[in-house]
This record gives sequence, structure tokens and C-alpha cells, in this order.
Amino acid sequence: MLQARQLTKEYQSGTHRLAVLRDVSFTIPDRAFVAIVGPSGSGKTTLLGLLAGLDVASRGSVVLDGADLSTLSEDQRAKLRGEKVGFVFQSFQLIPTLTALENVQVPLELRGDDGAAPRARELLARVGLGDRTHHFPNQLSGGEQQRVAIARAFSNSPRLLFADEPTGNLDSDTGAHIVELLETLNRESGTTIVLVTHDLTLAHRAQRIIRLADGAIISDAMVEPTVPAIVSNR
Amino acid sequence: MRLGQFAALAWRESRTARRRLLLYMSSISLGVGALVAIDSFASNTQRSVREQARALLGGDISLSARDTYPNTVNLALDSLRKEGVGIAEVTSFTSMTLLPRTGLTRLAQVEAVTPGYPFFGEIVTKPAGLWSHLHDGRNAFVDPALLIALDAHVGDTVSLGLARFVIAGTLASVPGDVGVATTIGPRIYIASTYVRETSLLLFGSRSEHRTLLKLTPQLPVSQFIWRFKSRLEQASVRYRTAAETEFNLTQAIDQLRDFLSIIGLVALLLGGIGVASGVNAFVMRKIDTVAILRCLGATSAQVLAIYLSQAVVMGLIGAAFGVVLGIGLQLGLPHVLADFLPVDVQVSVETSALVTGLFVGVWVALVFALKPLISLRNVSPLQTLRRESDAQALRGAKFDPMRVLVALIIVFSVVALGVARADNPMQGIGFSVAIGGAVLLLYGAAALLSAMARKLVRPSWPFVLRQGVASLYRPGNQTRAVVLALGFGVFLMSTVYQVQQNLLRTVNVKLDASRANTLFFDVQNDQAEPLDSMIRAAGHTIVQRTPIVPMKIVAINSLEGEAMINGDTARRHTRPRPSWVLRREYRSTFRDSLMPSEVLKSGTFHKGGTPANDLPAVSLDVDLAANLRVGIGDTITWNVQGVNVKTRVTSLREVNWSRFEPNFFAVFESRALLKAPKQYVILADVRGEGAVARLQRDAVHMFPNVASLDLTLVQQTIGRVLDKVSSAIRFMAGLSLALGIPVLFSAVSATRRERLREGVLLKVLGATKRQVGRVMLAEYLLLGVLGSLAGVILSLASAWALMYFMFKQPFVPAVLPSALVALVMISLAVLIGMLTGREVFQETPMAALREA
Repeated sequence: MLQARQLTKEYQSGTHRLAVLRDVSFTIPDRAFVAIVGPSGSGKTTLLGLLAGLDVASRGSVVLDGADLSTLSEDQRAKLRGEKVGFVFQSFQLIPTLTALENVQVPLELRGDDGAAPRARELLARVGLGDRTHHFPNQLSGGEQQRVAIARAFSNSPRLLFADEPTGNLDSDTGAHIVELLETLNRESGTTIVLVTHDLTLAHRAQRIIRLADGAIISDAMVEPTVPAIVSNR
Repeated sequence: MRLGQFAALAWRESRTARRRLLLYMSSISLGVGALVAIDSFASNTQRSVREQARALLGGDISLSARDTYPNTVNLALDSLRKEGVGIAEVTSFTSMTLLPRTGLTRLAQVEAVTPGYPFFGEIVTKPAGLWSHLHDGRNAFVDPALLIALDAHVGDTVSLGLARFVIAGTLASVPGDVGVATTIGPRIYIASTYVRETSLLLFGSRSEHRTLLKLTPQLPVSQFIWRFKSRLEQASVRYRTAAETEFNLTQAIDQLRDFLSIIGLVALLLGGIGVASGVNAFVMRKIDTVAILRCLGATSAQVLAIYLSQAVVMGLIGAAFGVVLGIGLQLGLPHVLADFLPVDVQVSVETSALVTGLFVGVWVALVFALKPLISLRNVSPLQTLRRESDAQALRGAKFDPMRVLVALIIVFSVVALGVARADNPMQGIGFSVAIGGAVLLLYGAAALLSAMARKLVRPSWPFVLRQGVASLYRPGNQTRAVVLALGFGVFLMSTVYQVQQNLLRTVNVKLDASRANTLFFDVQNDQAEPLDSMIRAAGHTIVQRTPIVPMKIVAINSLEGEAMINGDTARRHTRPRPSWVLRREYRSTFRDSLMPSEVLKSGTFHKGGTPANDLPAVSLDVDLAANLRVGIGDTITWNVQGVNVKTRVTSLREVNWSRFEPNFFAVFESRALLKAPKQYVILADVRGEGAVARLQRDAVHMFPNVASLDLTLVQQTIGRVLDKVSSAIRFMAGLSLALGIPVLFSAVSATRRERLREGVLLKVLGATKRQVGRVMLAEYLLLGVLGSLAGVILSLASAWALMYFMFKQPFVPAVLPSALVALVMISLAVLIGMLTGREVFQETPMAALREA
């Protein structure tokens, strides 16, 4: 379970403080697929950073699987991420010096797990890249890179997966394939997915949509099951 | 995370950065190489000295005296001979050598030896194996320099005074020889049996007597000293043991190593700065990867460990390369310093020096890499979502204890390196202050010049130049590190040249001031007039004719003998008189006027003489008076060839000893020494091509015992000696100059990304390849100019300080040599810069934009 409690994030801008997120509260149960949507500058990415423990809130707290992130140090949060959190980014964020296989292995190796390589190979095969394990990121297409990123995100069997505009840098067909992949993995492994996007069509693939504007939640609703399952046409 | 997984991740992650990291780390290679070479060379030399200590001396003990030994010593030698102690005698004196075949003359150092010399070590002749034939007849072995000077060949006959000798061969190696010495005075070895035949050792002739002893097992060195110490000291005979020779030499080598070590350590620390600036650029490239790793659960300690381990491995390779370089240099050093080494250095690999070099290199690379690497801890995983500027991404808390700790480690390391290489902690701290001071001073100069360049730039200047200056301030610029590294090389090299030029100029000025160019000495009383006439008859001018009277001190005030040492300390001075000032032979003169090279410091000079009823006046050199603990009004009694002459000190003079003129510790009033046996020194001004050589030849024919010196030749010799000294120092300075190369490569490579981006932007905006090239050229020219300028300015300051404080001479900047060094450095900077940055020309705007 993921809980946001009156989250506020402020930045010092010259002489005055600028609030990019104000009193945001919600709860996301296990195995859920939630989309956070909003226009540019609405505070989506800031919220994602706080929920994933990449940043600390000015006020309020985040409770991730029972752990209050505001009480944890940076390194304790890193450890928690390594154990329970996965990420998929718009710009893939693969380590350019590592092969696809090695990129997927990293979270497992950071935890000191045995059998990192076979598990990474298995995940790459599941995302359809079984034959490209030894390719470096710059030898892969955008869609392939994002698939590697997804394989990496699931390598540590996370309880929560945060996806930040995962189709933002991809063409529509590739994007559709990536979303399907995320849905399948969510279903099969029971991972909670928090998707951040400004693409409403993509957001409607989720079970629930939290809308942000000017740093505050303007709506938090379940998605009607009748909404056609079409993917972003970006 | 497990160690194996950690190592694997660190290794994989380093894939694309290995070459770059290695390049940064190579900055320390030269420093490590220099240290390894210096340490190995010093150990090699010291071991060779230890092994060859007895050969260096030629015996177990050497006795020496200016005079012939008194009876007490001769009797002791006789009894030693009866005890089976080997005794060999050497008489050394200077004399003119004349080659009758060519008519050429040259002043040489005559070494007349008895059979058995030397007891240890071997004199190698060319043709080989002929040394034992020295005593077969009137044979001579000479330094090759003498053959050249006389245009002689082996087999020629050479005249020494009234005797003639056949040159049987040349000297290839003499134990304890310092090569440079033969440049000053080439030697000629003859058998001592024939010294009398030469008739060269007349009244007042300067000669030194040396006796080598080969002791028996029954009479070890310690027992010899116990038995004979007081007898030898009373007779003013100096003695030296092989152990003392070894001690003195190893001390000297230690000092040489200390001096070279400072250069080596500065090179190493500059390398460290090069590493820090290279790794700084490396860190900026790694921000994205670190942010991803942090997202994936890596702790800041894990991140730091990954990059630190990469730095350590590359540092190890850089240091190992330095060690290999050091071994190469070590092979070269004995050749470079051959002229100054008294032993044949047996080169061997010194494991301790290699291990130390490796350790010090890795340590320096580590601590200097740590400085930029710790900022990677500040990279937030949030950078994956929202990338800030490099500086923002790396910014940490205002007070970072880790940063303070690293700064302390660096300071501690510099002090520890200094202390580890010094004899005592204080000296070590002095070293560290000197090293740190040198680096800080250069860094300050570099910073100041860079700031000035920025301030001076005007909008009206051409675009290319303005852009070049602007490049020096691009984010993550390496300007100071490069200027520092370039400046250091220029600084050392230019200092050497400045000092060399100034010393040479001083010699020239001194020679000009004396007006004379030929010096005759050992001129006997009855030879002075005829020689004088001969010189004048040839149309030359006599500049000075100075009488010389040898003498010794027998009493100061009412104190005689040993009582002089401590006698009146209570009355005037607290310290006893050093025994050497009381025992030495003084070669004094008499005249009633001051010379241009003398300045009266106190009292009244006996100008025109003193009343006949008073004690005759004597004027002393101020330093000698201080050593003798005498002042105006004190009396000194001198033994002048058996006659005691009591004098009163009436004045003290400061003497400029560096003038090419006869100068004296004691100048007597004429009436005191007029009747004393004396010899003369004559200074003549000889003009015309070949006139000096002709005059010297005629003088040798008429007065074989009279020695003469062509002062122009002396001047050339001094030039040659200075050149040899400088070339040895230049070797080290050249190394430091080379140090700039890897740092420059490292710095250019560190800013490659920015350079590429700028070049591409300029191309996109319509710049031609040529224009982009000119911007780069301007940048490297500026870097070269700034570095050279920093080095030259500091070299002028240090050369001035050396001339003023060490050589006590005025300093005149020598423009040409420094300009040449600067030009070389600027060319190097431009060449390396253009070579490394060639991809900026080659990349198309699109391809480069993608990469940037």
C-alpha cells in the first residue's frame, strides 16, 4: 500500500517560497494501476519523486508498504527502493556503459542477490529481447531500450512500479506495445503501478485517475470499465 | 552487495571511461617515475660508494699536508713501514706542460706517485693495462683533455719543468674521479722518482703531499687513529679514513636526492592536481548514471565505492607505468650525472623504490581523485526525472565534513610525503612548506593571469580571440590546472637558464674588470724582473706584479701554540678559535695601498706606512679576523720562513674574492716583509691573435717552473663546467616540462564534450571549419602563453633570489633563454590541443549534436 499524507513541496524562488505541491493526500492499495495526470507544471513529476522516495516533502509524509519515508535517510530510502520499487522513465535511463543484460542485473546485484544473470535473461526474454542481451543501449531502438527498462524495473519483483511518461519518447505502435507489457506484468506479478502522464488516453488504461492542477488534486476517480482500450496516439 | 558483484559492476561501468580515466591518471606517472628514478639512483650510488669506499680513497687511510711532513710524522711512517703497513706517496702540484712538437702549453695538475699507488681500486688506462708501466721510466699518463689542449698523441714527449716524459697512454678511469674536475685541471701522472728532475718544486711552490696507507690486520683503522691522532694533528697533517669518505659521499648523495626529490614531489603533486581536474570532468559525465543507480537502490557509499575503485585501479596502472618510466630514467641518470659522480654506479632495480613509488603514486591518485569524486554522493536520484545543471546536481551541503576530511587528508599526505623523504621531521615540514608553497604560488599566478585575461578582453577585439578567451572560462574548465602544469615546467627550465646566464655574465664582467688576460704564478724572486722585461719587450702590458710570502701564525697577542685555541676567550670572545685558521699556511703580500677589489671596513689602512718605532701594521680580511677572534689593536706574530714577525692589526678589509686578481687574507705593511724570501704573481694584458699562447710558450722555455694561465681559457672552462652542471639540472627540469604533456592531454580530453558542443553550435550558426579551428588555436595559444608567462615571472623571481642570496651577485634578466623555453611550451600546448581536438573539425554538425 502507498499512502500520501498532506504532501506539500515548496521551493525557494528568490525572496518568496513557491509551492509546487499542496496538501496532496491519497491511498493506493496493493496491485492497483493508478494514473496521475495533469498538464505541464501541475506537479506530476514532483509528486512521483516524493512517492518514490527520490525527494523529500517540505511537509506531510509518504508511507510505502508501512514505512514512513520522511523518517528514513537517503540511503535507507535507496535500500527500500532497491527492494520494493521499480522505475520506468520517459528517457529510458539505461546506463550507457552496460549491456542490456547488465542493466537488468544492476538492481539484483545492488541487493546482493544470487542468480542475477539468469533472472535478467528470463526477464529480457519475457519482454522479447532474449536475443539482444549483449547489446549496449545505443545499439537498441527506443522501444527496445524501454523494454529493457521495463525488464530492469521488474527484476527485483517490486511491490510498486513508477512509470514516468513511459511512452513519451516512442511512436504510437511501440508505445502501445509497452503499455500492454506493463499491464501484463501488473496482472501477472501483482505489482502496483503508478503511471504519470499528461496523456489522457494512456491514463484511461489505468483503474484509477488522480488529476493534478497547480499542485493540488482536482479529482480522484475510478476509470469506467467501458472506456475503449486504445493507446495514446502520440 | 557482494564483493564479486560490486567488482563486476564497477568494472563494467568503467567500460567507456577506462581510456579517459587512464589518461587522467597518467598525470601522476611522471611524478612517480621521477621519484622511483631518484630513489633507485640514490640507492644504487650509495651502494656503489659503500662497495668502492676503499677504492675511492685508494687506501685504508689517507694523510695529507700542504707542506712536507715534519720529522715526527716521517718517523711514524718509517715505523709503520716496518710493521708491514703499505705506504704510497702522492705529490700534487700545478705546472705548465709543454709539447715540444707543437709548441703548445697548458697548465696541468701533476700527480707524482710512488709504486703501489693506489692500493685499492684500479686506474684504467687507454691502451688498457699499462698503469703498472708508469714506474718503468719517464712515462706519463694524462687526461684526454690534456692531449686535446696540446694537440698531442700517445707516444709524444711532453716537458714538465726540466724533465721530459713520454705520454704512455691516457686515463680512462681513476677511482674517486669526478669527471668535471678534469675539465678544470687536466692531470698528468708521473713516477715520483722524477719530481726532483723537473726542478718545479722551488721556494713557495704550492704542492700537496698525500700518503695512502694499507693497514695490516694487526693495525685496524681504529687503532691507527688511537695511536697517531694527536701526532698528526700537531703536525697539521690531515687524515681521512675510507669510512669517512663513504660517510661524506653518502651525505652528499642524500643531499642531491633531497634536492631532486623536491622536484619529483612537486611533479607528483602537480600530477595529483591534473588527476583532480580530470576526474572532476569525469564526475560531470557520470551524474546521469549515478542518478539511475541511486534510483535502483544504490546507496551513496556504494556509488562512491564504485567510482573510487575505478580510480584506484586506473591510478595503479598510471603508477605502474610511472614505475616502468622510473626504471628507464634510472638507467639514464648515471649518464647524465656521470661527470659529478665519484663512483661507477652499478645500476640495479631497487625493489623498495619501486614499491614506494607504486604506493605513493596510487595514494596521490586516490586522494586527489577523492576530492571531486565525493561530490557524486550529492547526486540525487531525482536527477533522473528532472536534470539540473552539472554544478547544481553535484552541489552538497555548505559544510560537508567529508570534504573537510578529504582536504585534511591531502594536506596530511603532502606533509607525510615531505617528512618521509627528509632526515628529520622539521626538515620534512620545511620540504612540505616548500612544495606546497611552490604549487600555491604557481596556482596563484595561474589564477591571477587567467582573471587578468578575462578582464582585459575588449568587445572590439576579433571574435576568434574573444571566443578563445571565453573558452578559458567554460563550465568545468581546466585552465588553472593546465596553466599550473605548463607553468611549472617553464618555471624550472627558465630558472636554470636565468641562473646559468647570470653566472656566465658575472664571470665575463669579472674578467673584463681585471683588464688582464694572462696570469703568471710561482715566479721566483730572481725571475720576476727578467719575466717582466720579456713581457714588456713583446709589446704587452704588465697590469700587476704582486709579491707573495708564505707564513704561519705563531702567536696572537701573548698566546702561543695550543694556548691560542682557548686562551683569551674570556677576554674577548665566548667561542674558541677554530684550529684550521691557526694551522694553515697564509700566502700574504705587502703593499701600502688598497686595491680596487678591497673595501676598508674598520680601522685605518697603513697607507704610506707607519712610524718605524711602531709594530708593523697588518690588514686582515674581515671574515678571517672574525675566525681568528682578533680586532683592531691586537697583535699577531707570524713565522716567515723561520723568522718571527710581530704585527699589529690596524685595519679590516672586505675582499671581493671573485675577481680574477690575486687577493689576500693578510696585507702587510711593506717594511715588514721587504727582506723576506718571496715569489711573485704577474698579471699581464696580452693582445694579438695567438699572442697569449706564444708568450706562455716563451715563458715556459725561459722559466720552466713558472706556471701561467690564459684567463680567457679559464672563462671558457667555467662556461663548460656551468654548462655541465646546468645540463644535469636541465634533465630534471625537462622532466617537469614533460609533465605538462599528460596534464594537457587530460585537460583537453576532459573538456571534449563542451568543446564539441561549442564547435558544433558555431558550425550550425555558420562558422567554417577554419574559423572553428582558429578559435581553438586562440584558446591553446592563450593557455600556452598564460602558462609560460606564469612560469617565466616566477622563474625571474626565483633566479633573482638565487643570485642575490646564494651567489651574492646582481641579477640581470636574460630574455632569450626564457623566451625560447616559453616558445617551446606554447608550441607544445597548441600541438597537443589541436591534435586532441581534431574531432571538432571532423564531426558534422548533426552527428556531433547527437553525441553532445
